[in-house]
Amino acid sequence: MSYLKITNLSARLAGSDTRILRDVSLSVDRGQVHGLVGESGAGKSMIGKAVLGILPRSVEIPSGSIELDGVDLLQLAPAERRRRIGASCALIPQDPLTALNPSRRIGGQITDRLVDILGWDRARADARALEILGEVQIADPARVLRCYPHELSGGMRQRILIASAFAAEPKLIVADEPTTALDVTVQKQILKLIAAMQARHGTALLFVTHDLGVVSKVCGSLSVLYGGLVVEETGVRDFFAAPRHSYSRALLAATPKYTDPLASLVPVPDAVIAAAQAQVAAADRRWPARAERWPHG
Amino acid sequence: MADLFAVEDLRLSLPDMTRKPLIGAAPRIEILKGLSFTLPRGEILGIVGGSGSGKSTLGRAMVRLLQPTGGAVRFDGQDITHLTEAALRPLRRRFQMIFQDPMSSLNPRHRVGQLVAAPLRLHGVDGADRLAAQALDHVGLSRDFARRYPQELSGGQRQRVGIARAIALRPEFILADEIVSGLDVSSQAQVLNLLEALVKDLGLTLAFISHDLSVIRRLCSRVIVLHQGVIVENAATAQVFANPQASYTQELLDAIPLPDPDQIWT
Repeated sequence: MSYLKITNLSARLAGSDTRILRDVSLSVDRGQVHGLVGESGAGKSMIGKAVLGILPRSVEIPSGSIELDGVDLLQLAPAERRRRIGASCALIPQDPLTALNPSRRIGGQITDRLVDILGWDRARADARALEILGEVQIADPARVLRCYPHELSGGMRQRILIASAFAAEPKLIVADEPTTALDVTVQKQILKLIAAMQARHGTALLFVTHDLGVVSKVCGSLSVLYGGLVVEETGVRDFFAAPRHSYSRALLAATPKYTDPLASLVPVPDAVIAAAQAQVAAADRRWPARAERWPHG
Repeated sequence: MADLFAVEDLRLSLPDMTRKPLIGAAPRIEILKGLSFTLPRGEILGIVGGSGSGKSTLGRAMVRLLQPTGGAVRFDGQDITHLTEAALRPLRRRFQMIFQDPMSSLNPRHRVGQLVAAPLRLHGVDGADRLAAQALDHVGLSRDFARRYPQELSGGQRQRVGIARAIALRPEFILADEIVSGLDVSSQAQVLNLLEALVKDLGLTLAFISHDLSVIRRLCSRVIVLHQGVIVENAATAQVFANPQASYTQELLDAIPLPDPDQIWT
């Protein structure tokens, strides 16, 4: 059984008909990396946020389920849901510059969660912070724990956020565009680090990105999203060998590829967008049939 | 063909505000450490490098948003290295810039039409509105976009407005600083195609700053690779990709994640 199983998940702006996710289903097992791919506004980050229970207040989930280890998070009382997610999930955020509090030292920012949410004692949390920084190949971790974020480079801060995510041995990690803010050489180091940590800890990883190049390096499977709808879900090797959906093919053709400059950077054709939009409209016609539910209430 | 830009031993240092003592001047850090190259008319020059390599500083020195501390920048034979702002004024309409982030470079209180006409008015050009409308045509935005505000547009459309504003004065040179890095792959492809067509149609010379060698390969005829304020490679694009001379160029190439699961990273 999959560790994370999302079934027919829909989301919309509260009190309106503006749909954000449409009948999304996917699953990720322990030790697997699943990519969520799409253009901005496709809903890929929203799926990650729904799983972690950090959707904006303006977004509600009228139908669907998010099962974590067999328990539907949306059926739980808010406090219980938070406790469960906090104990077993973590996030690697996009922007290492804003994700850390600039006025606090690194050490406390890693141990907060261990002490406050998981109830570890201070000495154990401190020891763990030191250990996990070593694991993400930070030289002199004892010094770095005493640093403020501005004293460290962007790549270093992203390493710290990765360490922080893995510190409490979560079963599931959501990585939301973790390397978009970094330059290519640092991106390569960080992706290799995330892949190595994920493999060593056997974590289930939901990897949100707009870059198919990145997907081909770290993911085993992926879902391609358009307008909040999964248009294709498949294994990475199958996807790059022969993407099935016309939108997936167009997205791949639009991706830059320096080894084949003429066959890359082709804009998504209007006909492909029209076909994807028709599919979204067809999904919307099925929408009213579902039972309405208010998990945020 | 004559060189539009000739840059000789360009040096630029800026005060390091993170190390500024409470009283007294901040120590200066050297960002550009003696760069020399020429840019012939009609070429698209790619400037690539990691963050902090000095590529944006180089671009800003070329269009004199920053004043070099050493060396010389010649534009169309004229030394512009230390010209005053007043002396630069008539030259400014000949070199324009497109910025990275269209959201922060387009005034949210101005309509697209005003934004594109602003540089024309600033330089006292007759028929500013008509020329602005023409510029919008050139970038493929229909006339009714002139009445909209930047926040009503998508990222790709906003970047087209940035391009329209840069071409409205019919400059000879445009500096494009990371103009597609915030866009989705599809809008990125559209903007690059547009830029390529404009360079041909309007006879522009372009310097294209990017951290993405894939994009450079597609667009540029020549590439300068910057690393820590020094040019480590300056060659024709095809040559840079087929046979990179500098180890740093090779490192940059190896770090690009190709959309191909068979590419193995070591």
